[in-house]
Amino acid sequence: MKKELTRQQYLDLYYYMRLNRAVEDTMVKLFRQNKIVGGLYSSLGQEAISVGTAYALEKKDWLAPMIRNIGALLVKGVPPRDVFMQHMAKYDSPTKGKDGTSHFGDLENLHIVSPISMLGDLIPVMTGVAMAGRYLGQKIVTMTWIGDGGSSTGVFHEGLNFAATQKAPFVLILENNLWAYSTPVKRQVPLENLADRAKAYGISSYIVDGNDVVAVYTTAREAVERARAGEGPILIEAKSFRRLGHAQHDPAEYVPKEMRAYWEGRDPIALYEKFLMGEKLLDAKGKKDVEEKINTLLEAEREFAENSPMPPPEFAATGVYCTGDECHKIKPKWERPIAEVTPPKSSVKAVWTVAGFGSGKSSGGANAPIHFGDTKTTIESPEPEAAKKNGSKANGKPGAKTSAKATVASSAARKVKR
Amino acid sequence: MAETNGTQITFLEAIKQAMFEEMERDPAVVLLGEDVGVYGGAFKTSEGLLERFGWERVIDTPISESAIIGAACGMSYVGLRPIAELQFIDFIVCAFNQITNFVAKGHYLWNAPAPMVMRGPSGGGVHGGPFHSANPEMYFVHTPGLKVIYPSTPYDAKGLLKAAVRDNNPCLFFEHKFLYRRIKGEVPAEDYTVPIGKAIVRREGKHLTIISYAAMMHTSLEAADALAKEGIEAEVIDLRTLLPLDEETILQSVRKTNRCLVVHEDTKTGGIAGEIAAILCEKAFGDLDGPLMRVTALDTPVPYSPPLEEYFLPNAKKVFDAAKELARY
Repeated sequence: MKKELTRQQYLDLYYYMRLNRAVEDTMVKLFRQNKIVGGLYSSLGQEAISVGTAYALEKKDWLAPMIRNIGALLVKGVPPRDVFMQHMAKYDSPTKGKDGTSHFGDLENLHIVSPISMLGDLIPVMTGVAMAGRYLGQKIVTMTWIGDGGSSTGVFHEGLNFAATQKAPFVLILENNLWAYSTPVKRQVPLENLADRAKAYGISSYIVDGNDVVAVYTTAREAVERARAGEGPILIEAKSFRRLGHAQHDPAEYVPKEMRAYWEGRDPIALYEKFLMGEKLLDAKGKKDVEEKINTLLEAEREFAENSPMPPPEFAATGVYCTGDECHKIKPKWERPIAEVTPPKSSVKAVWTVAGFGSGKSSGGANAPIHFGDTKTTIESPEPEAAKKNGSKANGKPGAKTSAKATVASSAARKVKR
Repeated sequence: MAETNGTQITFLEAIKQAMFEEMERDPAVVLLGEDVGVYGGAFKTSEGLLERFGWERVIDTPISESAIIGAACGMSYVGLRPIAELQFIDFIVCAFNQITNFVAKGHYLWNAPAPMVMRGPSGGGVHGGPFHSANPEMYFVHTPGLKVIYPSTPYDAKGLLKAAVRDNNPCLFFEHKFLYRRIKGEVPAEDYTVPIGKAIVRREGKHLTIISYAAMMHTSLEAADALAKEGIEAEVIDLRTLLPLDEETILQSVRKTNRCLVVHEDTKTGGIAGEIAAILCEKAFGDLDGPLMRVTALDTPVPYSPPLEEYFLPNAKKVFDAAKELARY
């Protein structure tokens, strides 16, 4: 670890890692008291990744966590009570009991997109958020995480490739914790470094020690800056180890003892404490202060969560659709002149050139050949001239009746009520 | 035709006009999909949009349906109203997980509306074979959170597509490619929308109700003409939207005619006819004078060779025969 951050930054990273671990420790207790409704997934030993990467984002940036990224949520500003209540399926939780774990988001304020259980889906979604942010002139960066196992999904590749073709301001953190449930990384991917996947998409990548929070943070910060500057998506492989099983039910007996012992000796919080003490950024009293602050906070947060009611059963039947403006007013936040993206300024010539591929041109005309036969209209009356213009305005007679009249190839003209 | 000559447009032109006008109206509307830009779409539905609206708003994508749908969803979270084109609607299943698990569930689970349209050419009758002729609408009718639209006329195609772009929910919009250039219809010059979730009575009748949508709506009307010559007046309902389904219009008609025939190009098992049968049993059992009947495609993939495909598809004769049988009750 090198010393290059401000004192406050060093201490923030420490606080959030400790908070991350304490929140999860609290949930283990709740789990053992049967207060957690479903499964409980741990990021023990991987806190430096969640915290170090999310800490590199600005407030306006967007992130989408995976199941082991509670730390990233805390850094982004999610109160611990929300995490507790999600796991306890309470009515005051962000999803009001409709989903659990880290499956929640906040489009309006914190800019968090909820994950789903299917791995990789967030990669194209966060690519789209990044593209939309750029389109609106917001200068945002988006970030999501994926595991070594999740990097084998089709949508990982579709999403990352699309992000690369679009040069989307998007940073993907590949958390290589060596295990996908019970399957070791070598049985998932025949690569030494998963960061090599970036080469296939022509994008930049980094490999970082996922248990060194300063290295994680400084790497992520550089990647975020480069993405924001327009260099396109960046892949960071953070190497670490999943200390517990896939979830609470899994004792992970398939993990070799030596492997576990090695990584337990490289606990990211213990390593960081040693560094901070060595640099005189933290002492015993400072450590105790942090612990007390966190204990007090979590005691109150846990109590709030436990006292929250379960949702009323009939709530299950609500909320499938957005019912309109009274439900959600959807308005993009433009931070560039709209004139830039509206005609005539947005208009371009219909000719493209790609080096080595010559040039092409769209084939005009309402009767241009289309996929699968059917190139001629079978209607006796020719199409009006105006309709042949690209997407021209409706060419109906002013004040014409609005009833649609249709004919089908196989039958005579008929009247059709609209 | 003379009185409306010059005021009519094709189904395909209606789609194009809807996209053009919505993009013109609202800079939050963007289009992405395979070959939608330079080429103007495999069916030329987006021809001219790139030239007018530019590279940022008309986006040619890699062949990655999950990425197209996923990215459109992400865009919608930031307030855009993307239109994602599937080059053929058959390929929508490549993005099945993205649509059914991510896009559709967001509002219910975490209060995240996804104002996006997923549209593309569907349906058979053009000898496209088993992978370019599908009617996969029912996979999605079974997915809460989506709206599923399947119009049959240029007027509805334009009005419903505009409504879908303005809707705050993810809308699937099926465009029957048999209709693209085969039918024309009148559209008004001024801006208009057609409400999502409302069926329409295309022809009034008193002896039986024929419920259909998309290309089969026209087949049903053809059969109704033939039935009329034999003294059987069929009422023809065009569903237009399959999810949410307009139960009211269906029930109203069947309570009047007491007989119901459902015609769809989708395969029989698990088609919308089964759902309509269940609704009628639940809510109009006492009004029925005969069994609900259905004329649908066979329970097979769409075959390629013309005689096979013709055998596979419903046609006016099959509808006519079924309606005559039903009218005897």
